[in-house]
Amino acid sequence: MNAMTPSNQLIVLEDVSKMFGDFQALKDVNLTVKPGEKVVVCGPSGSGKSTMIRCINRLERHERGRIFVDGVELTDKRTDIDAVRGEVGMVFQQFNLFPHLTVLENLTLGPLRVRKLSKADAEARAMDYLAKVHIPEQAQKYPSQLSGGQQQRVAIARSLCMEPRIMLFDEPTSALDPEMISEVLDVMSDLAETGMTMIVVTHEMGFARRVADTMVFMDAGEIVEKAPPETFFTKPRSERCQTFLQKILAH
Amino acid sequence: MNIFKHISTARTALLILLFGFAVSGCSANWGWYVVSPSTEQGRINLGFLLGGLKYTLALSITAIAISVVVGLLIALPGLSEKRPVRAINRVYVELVRAVPILVLILWVYYGLPQIADISISVFWAGVIALALSDSAFQAEIFRAGIQSIDKGQHEAAQSISLNYTDTMRYVILPQALRRILPPLGNQLVYMLKMSSLVSVIGMQELTRRANELVVTEYRPLEVYTILVLEYLVLILIVSAGVRWLERRLRSDERQ
Ligand SMILES: Nc1ncnc2c1ncn2[C@@H]1O[C@H](COP(=O)(O)OP(=O)(O)OP(=O)(O)O)[C@@H](O)[C@H]1O
Ligand SMILES: [Mg+2]
Repeated sequence: MNAMTPSNQLIVLEDVSKMFGDFQALKDVNLTVKPGEKVVVCGPSGSGKSTMIRCINRLERHERGRIFVDGVELTDKRTDIDAVRGEVGMVFQQFNLFPHLTVLENLTLGPLRVRKLSKADAEARAMDYLAKVHIPEQAQKYPSQLSGGQQQRVAIARSLCMEPRIMLFDEPTSALDPEMISEVLDVMSDLAETGMTMIVVTHEMGFARRVADTMVFMDAGEIVEKAPPETFFTKPRSERCQTFLQKILAH
Repeated sequence: MNIFKHISTARTALLILLFGFAVSGCSANWGWYVVSPSTEQGRINLGFLLGGLKYTLALSITAIAISVVVGLLIALPGLSEKRPVRAINRVYVELVRAVPILVLILWVYYGLPQIADISISVFWAGVIALALSDSAFQAEIFRAGIQSIDKGQHEAAQSISLNYTDTMRYVILPQALRRILPPLGNQLVYMLKMSSLVSVIGMQELTRRANELVVTEYRPLEVYTILVLEYLVLILIVSAGVRWLERRLRSDERQ
């Protein structure tokens, strides 16, 4: 453990700022996540939700402030970045499965190349996680042969095959047809019950109420509101959050 | 389906060409006996001409194999975020592209042995010159192909901790290769044609042999007509092959 890290926090963001050219996408963001905690992040489009979680596994590089993941500070050092990425899985809105590989190959690539598992072990692990996302029978298919909901579940299984301690989800159901949203949310709820630490960017408020320990509302690159779901949904303090909630809970 | 269409196009082209020669044969003074399979000398001449095929193929295929590898190695720094690294790519591509292939062939064969103090065979001089020249184009093709792959693929690879080499090898290049197969096929066709230039340093490929036969038989019209047909058939077959490969890879991906 790094001496500077606040104790018993798995993720720490300290005054994190991020610029895209002249545009400030994150403004002094502070956030801490305990092991096993589920954080749901919401906010209007362009508010910096994706940018924030992408900084946590270094898909974006923050300019100011500090980010710690399990005591390791994210710096430009390759070893730090690799250490952090090894702990953090990520699920994208657009699935980003590898289209030229079968489902099984998508799942075993990381375990084989990064974790150096044997082929048999990697495949056993892959089948295990495919069963957990309820599609073991699709192992030999290519991603394009699956429905959107199935593809996203494969993407979740692909991340889990790396056995991360933290899972980040960036609007995992936004690209899905309505009838497929619940199958993905169910898998995520199951995952939450296993004690996985999760940060989920989503506007699925039913899911948020069920699963979240902490709700975060972002606007214009800032965390405007942070509260347990009961308080968050019943008496949000800021006006911006109230307006936002009214809008998305209306439909 | 497509392959038959392609072959039948090739056949039509050939027929039109042969028909054209037959008609023009009425006025011009043709002497097909030089390459007539029914005479002893005709068969020898024909065998001599066709014997160049293996050198044309060997030259082109060796050169393109090398240029693909060199091209990829030159393409990669071109994708870097760092300006000085990208400059390596730019300088190489601009310099190599600026030199005509024929000039490069002459320089490699006559010039290179003097500065490097090596003796170089006609074949390898040809291969090096063709490969060098082509590698600049290959580098551009690879760069465009790799850049066409969605950013999400890189991010997904990073998120499962793949390093740069593995990301390229297992995720990006297999997808990029499928996309750049048509321009790669074009380069192979281009290379087959450009290999005729290696005749100037004495490589016994198709063009050189035709030239030599013209000198002994003094029948340029017939001999060069055969040469035209040789390239035509060769290139139509290669194009059909490339198309077939393209379709196979596409059905593999099932997208
Ligand atoms: N690579 C980039 N270059 C320039 N600007 C960017 C880049 N990525 C994001 N931005 C800008 O940063 C701001 C925050 O973007 P971000 O994607 O984090 O928002 P978001 O909250 O995830 O929005 P959405 O709900 O639409 O996904 C936006 O205004 C966006 O235009
Ligand atoms: Mg986003």
